[in-house]
Amino acid sequence: MEIKILGSGCANCEKLEAATREAAANLGVEAQFEKVSDFAEIMAFGVMTTPALVVDGEVKVAGRVPAVADIEKFLAGGAATSGGCSCGGCC
Amino acid sequence: MDIFYPFEWFSELVTFGWLGLTEGTPLGDSVAFFVYDVPKILVMLAVIVFLVAIVRSFFPASRARQLLAGRKLYVGNVAAAGLGVITPFCSCSAVPMFIGFVEAGVPLGVTFSFLLASPMVNELAIGLLIPVFGWRVTLAYVLSGLGVSIIGGIIIGRLGLERYVEEYVYAVKVGDIAEETLTWPDRLKGARAYVGEIVGKVWPWVIVAIAIGAGMHGYLPQDFLARWAGEGNPFAVLVAVAVGVPLYGNAASAVPIAGVLADKGVQVGTVLAFMMAVTALSVPEMIILRKVIKPRLIAIFVGISATTIVAVGFAFNAFL
Repeated sequence: MEIKILGSGCANCEKLEAATREAAANLGVEAQFEKVSDFAEIMAFGVMTTPALVVDGEVKVAGRVPAVADIEKFLAGGAATSGGCSCGGCC
Repeated sequence: MDIFYPFEWFSELVTFGWLGLTEGTPLGDSVAFFVYDVPKILVMLAVIVFLVAIVRSFFPASRARQLLAGRKLYVGNVAAAGLGVITPFCSCSAVPMFIGFVEAGVPLGVTFSFLLASPMVNELAIGLLIPVFGWRVTLAYVLSGLGVSIIGGIIIGRLGLERYVEEYVYAVKVGDIAEETLTWPDRLKGARAYVGEIVGKVWPWVIVAIAIGAGMHGYLPQDFLARWAGEGNPFAVLVAVAVGVPLYGNAASAVPIAGVLADKGVQVGTVLAFMMAVTALSVPEMIILRKVIKPRLIAIFVGISATTIVAVGFAFNAFL
């Protein structure tokens, strides 16, 4: 599994990465992590609010740090963004 | 009856009943002020953040971008300032938002109206202004914040400063993203989580600011600040903005302090100008924006915004 954390390296990006690593460990999935901080690359995903989580090329969440349990659902193949709006997540 | 009466009752019970302090003494007044303000402000903040979060769940950043694409000056600036209020935004997202707007063909001046309104007039500011200052001043702040954003954006648009945007911005291609479909339970759940996040993050600042304010309320004489920043001093607005611009703060710390400034004789226009300067312009945001615009445009942006804020402050002092 290929996981990308999009963001300019702010506090919430670190939080998102930590939460995603925890979720991956809980599920026991092998995942490669990559931090993407280049804006051109971030924008190519259509993401305007950071931090964002991309799993195997698909944007799962943008603009907030979801709970570990929600991230587990995303990693298990769940649909993007359930239960929540893109309203929080400011760094 | 005052809707804040239960908070007053609680404050008097705690201060003069349980703690046994005397009404009219500096300590008694300070403690009563603190015990009154903390629950009142935090409860109001939670309620308003919740309501705004519901409204904003209908306006994700991608929708603001769509709505503003190809808009002309004036109408575009008004729409951008309005959307800036209800669209979630933070200084970390300023750069991707800026690129996304420019790529979608949103004019530069319209983009700046959005960037100005967003941090200045938002749920945090409104949620704190209402309990501290009441409806009238809150409305004055919202309208003048929108005015500053619209006018500042129009001036930047008229100056034709596109050449001061970093070249690579125009080369970025923004990918498509599926717009999320939310149900009402999603919106309520999201709004509740957002209240927890915002209040959980700002409460220490609010409490520290109220504590400082409470001390000033009890121990400083009523007209203490009026001598320097009252009606007699036309430079008060200039000083307030000059102090406010480099200060990095959000409404959580600015509003309770501003409340006490007004309480101690500083004119409303001066206080409003101070709050706008603190929230709209900050050094960290300028450093972030440097990634997409050249220093010249940053300087112009700060200059125009600060000048407009000063003008609004003067206008309020003259007419209110």
